[in-house]
Amino acid sequence: MSAPEIVEPAARAPKPPVRASAKKVKRGERRVALYLIAPTIVLLAIVIGYPVVSAIIMSFQKDAGLDSATGMFVQGGFAGFSNYAHWLFQQCATTGGGTAACPPGNLGSQFWNATFVTFFFTVVTVVLETVLGMWMAFIMNRTFKGRGLVRAAILVPWAIPTAVTAKLWFFIFSVSGIANAMLNTQILWTSDEWASRFAIIIADTWKTTPFMALLILAGLQLIPEEVYEAAKVDGATTFQRFWRVTLPLVKPALMVAVLFRILDALRIYDLPAILTGGGGGTGNATTTLSILVVDQIRQGFNSASALSTITFLIIFIVAFIFVRFLGANVVRTQESQQKGKL
Amino acid sequence: MKAARLSVIAGIAVVGLALAGCSGGSGGSSGSSGDDSRGPITYVQGKDNSNVVRPLIDKWNKAHPKEKVTFKEQSDNADQQHDDLVQHFQAKDSGYDVVDVDVIWTAEFAAKGWLQPLTGKYKMDNSKLLKPTVATATYNGTQYAAPQTSDGGLLYYRTDLFPTPPKTWDEMMSDCATAKAAGVGCYAGQFAKYEGLTVNVSEAINTAGGSVVGKDGKTPTLGTPEAKKGLSRLVDAFKDGNIPAEAITYQEEQGRQAFEAGKLAFLNNWAYVYNLAKTDGSSVVKDKFAIAPLPGDGGPGASTLGGHNAAISTYSKHKATAFDFVKFLQSAETQKFFVTQGSLSPVLASLYDDAALNAKFGYLKTLKTSIENAVPRPVSPFYPAVTKAIQDNSYAALKGSMSVDDALKNMSDAIKTAGSGS
Amino acid sequence: MSAIAGPASTRAETEGLAAAGTRAKVKPRRRRGTAQGIRTGISALVIVVWCLAPFYWMVVTAFRDVGFTFDTTPWITHFTWDNFATAFSTKLGNHLGQALLNSLFIGACVTIIGLLVGTFAAYALARLDFRFKGIVLGIILGASMFPGVALITPLFQLFTNIGWMGQYQALILPEISFVLPLTVYTLTSFFREMPWDLEEAARIDGCTQAQAFRKIILPLAAPAVFTTAILAFISSWNEYLISSQLSSDATQPVTVAIASFAGSQPHQEPYTAVMAAGTIVTVPLVILVLIFQRRIVAGLTAGGVKG
Repeated sequence: MSAPEIVEPAARAPKPPVRASAKKVKRGERRVALYLIAPTIVLLAIVIGYPVVSAIIMSFQKDAGLDSATGMFVQGGFAGFSNYAHWLFQQCATTGGGTAACPPGNLGSQFWNATFVTFFFTVVTVVLETVLGMWMAFIMNRTFKGRGLVRAAILVPWAIPTAVTAKLWFFIFSVSGIANAMLNTQILWTSDEWASRFAIIIADTWKTTPFMALLILAGLQLIPEEVYEAAKVDGATTFQRFWRVTLPLVKPALMVAVLFRILDALRIYDLPAILTGGGGGTGNATTTLSILVVDQIRQGFNSASALSTITFLIIFIVAFIFVRFLGANVVRTQESQQKGKL
Repeated sequence: MKAARLSVIAGIAVVGLALAGCSGGSGGSSGSSGDDSRGPITYVQGKDNSNVVRPLIDKWNKAHPKEKVTFKEQSDNADQQHDDLVQHFQAKDSGYDVVDVDVIWTAEFAAKGWLQPLTGKYKMDNSKLLKPTVATATYNGTQYAAPQTSDGGLLYYRTDLFPTPPKTWDEMMSDCATAKAAGVGCYAGQFAKYEGLTVNVSEAINTAGGSVVGKDGKTPTLGTPEAKKGLSRLVDAFKDGNIPAEAITYQEEQGRQAFEAGKLAFLNNWAYVYNLAKTDGSSVVKDKFAIAPLPGDGGPGASTLGGHNAAISTYSKHKATAFDFVKFLQSAETQKFFVTQGSLSPVLASLYDDAALNAKFGYLKTLKTSIENAVPRPVSPFYPAVTKAIQDNSYAALKGSMSVDDALKNMSDAIKTAGSGS
Repeated sequence: MSAIAGPASTRAETEGLAAAGTRAKVKPRRRRGTAQGIRTGISALVIVVWCLAPFYWMVVTAFRDVGFTFDTTPWITHFTWDNFATAFSTKLGNHLGQALLNSLFIGACVTIIGLLVGTFAAYALARLDFRFKGIVLGIILGASMFPGVALITPLFQLFTNIGWMGQYQALILPEISFVLPLTVYTLTSFFREMPWDLEEAARIDGCTQAQAFRKIILPLAAPAVFTTAILAFISSWNEYLISSQLSSDATQPVTVAIASFAGSQPHQEPYTAVMAAGTIVTVPLVILVLIFQRRIVAGLTAGGVKG
């Protein structure tokens, strides 16, 4: 299958190419492309671009402080990078006017812990969901009686609204809930350091694997049966077929799924907030960056904007690394793989 | 391509609308004009579980056809109620006239200038109310809200194991031997890492004679031996197993469930448990429990004050009506209705001594003692940061990963950073 | 290897593809079929149990009397319809029925508009040549990088200023923006894989570019399009943070409606009613999926689907 990236009008035999008209077509193409992309960009600019820009601007302002005379809040002034220093270096303002390390109990002291927790959740859930999702996609791809029901069943976890799912798992994982009843244990799922983390991983994997399975399935649909047949004729084992035929061909869909799953996992909020409240261990074993942002919003919006911006940059760097080094062909053609194999 | 052109037009339309809206001015007025006018208002409250608000509003609307009240009901979650109010106040929304604020938010909203001070023509008569409730509505010497419901902690205890309730903490701890012999957990409160933990820790510290912050509501006073005594009581009880290990995950409901299943001898919880423990199908303690004030140190213990206040928004356009509605919420009839219909705790002192009500609602008398001896949580405009400081550090202490001294010191430091606005 | 390789594209080729892709009718491996069938069957069973077990518990709790909420008997005890009645009752100001309709409406708008807008962009990115493709892709991806929780306040103020607070647009537009990056990336990735020679051949035969796209490429991309549609719909169905702040009583979706369930007392958590509402809310989605699940696996048949 050849899907050329660039359409060269001159290559089409019947048309007599003239330099000038080739350029005109190119310009026309650019205009059409502009029209087609404009709605997307405009919508994203309004709903997401505007809040991001205003967050960045606000992150350089101090939060309102208390005027000791009147007891009322007054505008904080320009803050420079102090909000960022608060989060990245745990610098808290002291009453004397200087800065000191933020004590436990102040949100600033939790930044690096939250970063670790967020990355831990992301890595574990994405790996688990990719593997399980792949397995489910293969099953859904096969022909057997009742596969419609299997496909519907697979989507049930994801169809239940997150808020309900979180409450359900909170209920299941409570000390006298069904999980402990069935395992015959007394695990404190919502307050043990690692038990709470695994509770969230289990709940999240249960909920989101269908998302991966669905996207991988769509990718599997594009692989024609003959490819497998030809590989079998050539004597490839099942594993070889998977590794050298299926995987490369499903890679575009897989990479998109994994990339977006990573972005979502880095911003996870609902599940840990309702399931454990960010608690566990010494109190913050499951606090993710988004939970920290929400807590900070209650205490001071400008500082929260700085934290949101930092989170944004962290996610940007992760996505950049992923696209650059691992999933470089996220939206590029797979012609190289297809030409090379078999 | 026609479709492409349409989409461009659509995109431009969206942008155009957005810009027109933005340049068209803010959504609400500053509220300084028309303070005295009367007219329809909106009352904002969290979920009306016991269905008391709607009948009251119907009654008001019948009597005031030109000044009708619309009920805007928020979600049941306290944090969400808080955030919803903040969003609307920040947007200077004149659509919220009278708001129901939890006692811990009053200082914060007052300091941000969102609540109308109740002075001058909005002065309220507080003589008939329970004193501690008025303190929660006062910030910096000025009253900003009108108490409408209250709540205090009660000690629920098993009458089959203990004919009389313990009067002091030490007594209760020695009673734990009896509880253990009967195969029942001893004591639990709310110890998960949320607002309930602040309530329980404040109770422990205040009962022991200490305080969390000083009179100014800002300076932490946790360096005292009394504060240490208070927090150590909880930490030691966890260590000795007098508080069961799983109580570290308890919010109100989990404690109630354990008590109703017969797994606890003593439970510290709000008044709502009383009716449910008596009527729930699964409750095995229906006829085997009673209530008492929290154990103290020579006198009833210092429970933490809960409850809600009604406040008038600075941005309201019909403040005179709002003021009358607030007075209506505090009127004797309404307060009695709160008790009879909703089993809520009123702020009107006389109701607690009413014989007929006491006959029907057995918890009223004990609840009055509890509220009269209640201490409010720190009245601070930085309350979210203060409660976080308390929660994080006391949770670590209860878990045993931080010593009591360190926990109290860190709590102090963190409360101080809250005050300096960082 | 690939039957689609090569520049010689003809109608016969297209039909050949169709024949090749009709998997359901191909049964050459009878001998190994049974063993594989059993393995598939067991795998399918494991998957179904894993996916449905918590849902089963949700349903059991939904039918259990509220006084026995914390009972852990694995089957239904103390059966009652009360929780469903509570979930639907409008006595305490809940409007689950209305909320269901809202969610369906909002979901449909988000899906249709989102797919439309996304398909346009994906076509341009996959097919047309212009200079700033990388930057555009980067911007679209970047929209998925900002923590959603931080968007609430600015959006609240924006929509209050425009006067759209509490209306459907305030919910639909943000949700489309959340869904667009994934939609565009997925569709772009799939459009790249399409046999464009077929499209060009069709154009040589006289179709316009748009017609060729609609008649040749879209049917082949049907699995991707339907998958993306389901993803968009469920993503909108699940959305809570923005909806809770920007919706009004009349326009709130089910996620917000369920979150405002309350027990009969303050501090009391209405687990059983929430579980009942959760059950009710999942049913329409499951029906939708059952109807559309064939389209997810269309195979390479040009428009024909054999489920």
